[in-house]
Amino acid sequence: MYIEDTIAAISTPQGEGGIGIVRVSGSLAEAIGLRLFRFCTGAAFASHFLHYGAVVAPDDDAVLDEAMAVLMRAPRSYTREDVLELHCHGGMLVVERVLTAVLACGARLAEPGEFSRRAFVNGRIDLVQAEAVMDVIAAKTEASLALAQRQRAGALSERIETIRRALTRSLAFVEASIDFPEDDIGETDTVALRSGVSDALDDIGGLLAGFDEGRILREGISVLIVGKPNAGKSSLLNRLLKENRAIVTHVPGTTRDIIEETVNLGGLAVRLLDTAGIRHTDDVVEREGINRALGKIPLADLVLFVLDSARPFSDEDRLILDAVQGKTTIVVLNKSDLPPVIDLPPTVGEMPRVALSAGTGTGIDDLREAIRTTFLHGSALDSREFVAISRVRHRDALASARSALHRFLSGLGEGRELETLAIDLRDALSAVGQVTGETTTDDILDVVFSSFCIGK
Amino acid sequence: MHCYETIYDVIVVGAGHAGCEAALAAARMGCSTLLLTINLDAVALMSCNPAIGGLAKGHLVKEIDALGGEMARNIDATGIQFRILNTRKGPAVRASRAQADKQLYRLRMKRILEQQDNLYLKQGEVTGLYLEGEELRGVDTRSGIRFLGKTVILTTGTFMRGLIHIGLTNYPGGRAGDLPSVGLSDQLGHLGFQVGRLKTGTPARLDGRTIDFSRLEPQYGDDPPAPFSFSTERITMPQVPCHIAYTNPRSHEIIRSGLDRSPLYAGVIEGIGPRYCPSIEDKVVRFPDKERHQTFIEPEGLETVEVYPSGMSTSLPIDIQIPFYRSIEGLERVEIMRPAYAIEYDYVDPIQLRASLETKLIRNLYHAGQINGTSGYEEAAGQGLMAGINAALRVKGREPLVLGRSEAYIGVMIDDLVTLGTKEPYRMFTSRAEYRLLLREDNADMRLREKGHDVGLVRDELFGHFLRKREMVAAEYERICSGRLAMNDREQEFLALHGLGDIQKGTSLEHLLRRPEITYKELAEFDDVSRETPPEVREQVEIQVKYRGYIERQLDQVERARKLEGTPLPEGMDYFSVNGLTTEVREKLAKNRPDTLGQASRIPGVTPAAISVLSIALKAKGGKQSGQEAGPEEM
Repeated sequence: MYIEDTIAAISTPQGEGGIGIVRVSGSLAEAIGLRLFRFCTGAAFASHFLHYGAVVAPDDDAVLDEAMAVLMRAPRSYTREDVLELHCHGGMLVVERVLTAVLACGARLAEPGEFSRRAFVNGRIDLVQAEAVMDVIAAKTEASLALAQRQRAGALSERIETIRRALTRSLAFVEASIDFPEDDIGETDTVALRSGVSDALDDIGGLLAGFDEGRILREGISVLIVGKPNAGKSSLLNRLLKENRAIVTHVPGTTRDIIEETVNLGGLAVRLLDTAGIRHTDDVVEREGINRALGKIPLADLVLFVLDSARPFSDEDRLILDAVQGKTTIVVLNKSDLPPVIDLPPTVGEMPRVALSAGTGTGIDDLREAIRTTFLHGSALDSREFVAISRVRHRDALASARSALHRFLSGLGEGRELETLAIDLRDALSAVGQVTGETTTDDILDVVFSSFCIGK
Repeated sequence: MHCYETIYDVIVVGAGHAGCEAALAAARMGCSTLLLTINLDAVALMSCNPAIGGLAKGHLVKEIDALGGEMARNIDATGIQFRILNTRKGPAVRASRAQADKQLYRLRMKRILEQQDNLYLKQGEVTGLYLEGEELRGVDTRSGIRFLGKTVILTTGTFMRGLIHIGLTNYPGGRAGDLPSVGLSDQLGHLGFQVGRLKTGTPARLDGRTIDFSRLEPQYGDDPPAPFSFSTERITMPQVPCHIAYTNPRSHEIIRSGLDRSPLYAGVIEGIGPRYCPSIEDKVVRFPDKERHQTFIEPEGLETVEVYPSGMSTSLPIDIQIPFYRSIEGLERVEIMRPAYAIEYDYVDPIQLRASLETKLIRNLYHAGQINGTSGYEEAAGQGLMAGINAALRVKGREPLVLGRSEAYIGVMIDDLVTLGTKEPYRMFTSRAEYRLLLREDNADMRLREKGHDVGLVRDELFGHFLRKREMVAAEYERICSGRLAMNDREQEFLALHGLGDIQKGTSLEHLLRRPEITYKELAEFDDVSRETPPEVREQVEIQVKYRGYIERQLDQVERARKLEGTPLPEGMDYFSVNGLTTEVREKLAKNRPDTLGQASRIPGVTPAAISVLSIALKAKGGKQSGQEAGPEEM
């Protein structure tokens, strides 16, 4: 529990909402704002003034979301520290990405109730308010406890527990060699140390790789259906929904609003977004819809690029193809019931393709399967062994354990002193402990005494 | 009961390693102090191994010295072999260890006590505390004398209801050859203390004339021997070696053949023993694949033939002990002078103590040493010193001295004890200190001298020495940071010699010293000031430079934990009325009753979320109750 570093958290309720707020408090707040926020006008924050602009990724400046930002300089803020709020579009994915960006800039994930705690500590809240807020925090704590207990019972904690045990054991070896030089326990076995830590690192790497998958299982994915007018996007949507929500018409350009529906694809929640057909147009209203469609591409987890296989590949198709480059995309060759005319350009490359007929339903199951395998890599949903981390908090902790273990391994290679290597192992253990619970000195000593014959 | 006429400021019960430090500290701080012991010929007696120090223990001894305690000077004056352990590891985990001449150690400490103003040494077995109502007034003794005192420090060692086991034979005793203390622990139990039972053991003492040392491997001390105390210039005692011997499969067979008559395995012993100091039968049972166990044959003194085989403690019957020790190569004809034995004794769960070592139940009563569940002379002495200081501060109406976990091993130990309690004998390990790189033997004076001086234990003259050293370290550090290479011929030659061709003109000496291959010894090759810098200053500067990254990381952690450590939890806090805590956390807090939020955060199961809730509850409470905060405590 630290008090004087910079903390961040998603401050709006989880789930879909019109708006999601990431709140940052501490001395780094303004610097983080300047790093991540691109002002529409101007280049600096005026305190307590709502600025319009965009949030960008810290590594490549890619736009994460259109957003409003407000900086409240200390002491005129909730915590009496510098507070930054980034108001993004609702939806867990966007907000979590923004939070991830903030954490990458040096903030730490806030503990439950920590903003309020700072407000108290810094004398911002009076007594009456204090008691009111306490109830809120109590509720939060109970909720997080329930969550922790659910996860404790599950396979995730078993995996983490395995990692924790491996690291505890490695640390015990290091500590035994530091604390018992007179006992006949031999030199530190650096080979065993290295392999023990490497195994733990592999496990952590596996869990981190499963992070996105875990989030997908918990929150589902958003799938954007794009295609030129009349390629059959709405028919496809309806086929997938098995009901007629979107207006389907043969007049090009009638689906101007984005339609969003959720469907359960064998356990995977899929939010299907239909968009206006994309083509070069001068119609102002329609162009707005197209821009919106292309603008949505970065926010979707998957793009279904619908092509009319009964017509040649057109300039409009090429426009879309350019827009989806680098995006997880499935090419849908619609109207497979008609004779194929289309000739796909080489830039379609490795994108998976599914031929189907939205009209008759032929090939729809292939598409469902393609969507699932794109995200769940095989039998994830069927397997009881499947374990995934699904919280930014967990990922944050595991990522910091990973970097500590990297430091440990490189230090071991350089022949650094054991007592400094022990610091890296302790850092890693304490990070892993944020997911499952801490490792105490007694845990380490238990391993020392059961592994070595200590005692002169 | 005859009531003695003097009212002492401090009464110390027990004259072991805790009691001696407690009594000396209180007397040196100007308090009239009575030191009571069951046997005046056993003051500061080393009941187990004749050695001081070792990993983390050496650290404790240096801290005791820095604060103005006696243990370091006593071993320096009576030590017969000195070694620094872990010399191949970094400075934080290097530790001093010394063999003592057991009789000289005890006699010198007794002489120091006898020469101390304000200190009165008397023989007597304390059978109970003397209370008037709930007020502690003094102690009652077996011989019918009541001593009155303003404060009492209990350092009962293994004496309370001590029970000695040799095989299935057992008899009451505080130590082989001494009577137990009977009555006191019963009274403590009635007063509401949680009295528990612990066990420890000691090996046989062997006749050195019957050991063939030519077949054992000698182990010599360091030459020259490095003293413990910051104020000892050099060791003048003659130095002697220890010898290394090993058990063998036949030894283990003998041990196994006697297990049916082991009081431990037969269930006669109920006390819990230390896992880090197992008996030889424990080792044989728990590590059956190990073909031999090592023992150091340690001399008990210069003027005696008695030797101590370390790690070979046992409570097996004597008819097993004899063939067992004789099964060891080189010991075939060995004669036992004193048999090995186990001892069970009463302790009081230290969770019932404040960080000052004053009990929560009875004001002005302090506990130190094995009564708190610890083992080891050094652990005892560290607590004794702090209890003595705090009893004296109480008498003077001053706030107690509490050392933080980032300041001293003594602080780590006491915080562990009072926060978590203990169910087995507690020994210090460096792994218990989360800020291990800050808590080094070499900087114990930097960490604690000033505190020792503030309470009045470190004399002005010694403190002056320390201040000069501290200034020199600061000045030297400043010098090497600002001193830059001018690339004159000498420097160029030096860089070429050490393969440092990449070093540029204008590089600071500090930067150069950061290189793993460069130490002050190398700097001295071209830099005259470095050559003339005193070794103790060089050492500090070099460690600061080479460990800098890690030291800064740890200092950063200390800084971040500071607010939690500094936030007190009210004594009567009702955890069951705090919203948002789980039942488990409530129960733990109610049982452990931590003094600060920092302590609360170290109780296993108390989550960061629970700490948040607590700190908010505190703010609410603090506002309501402001104005009720107690001023400096009075008598």
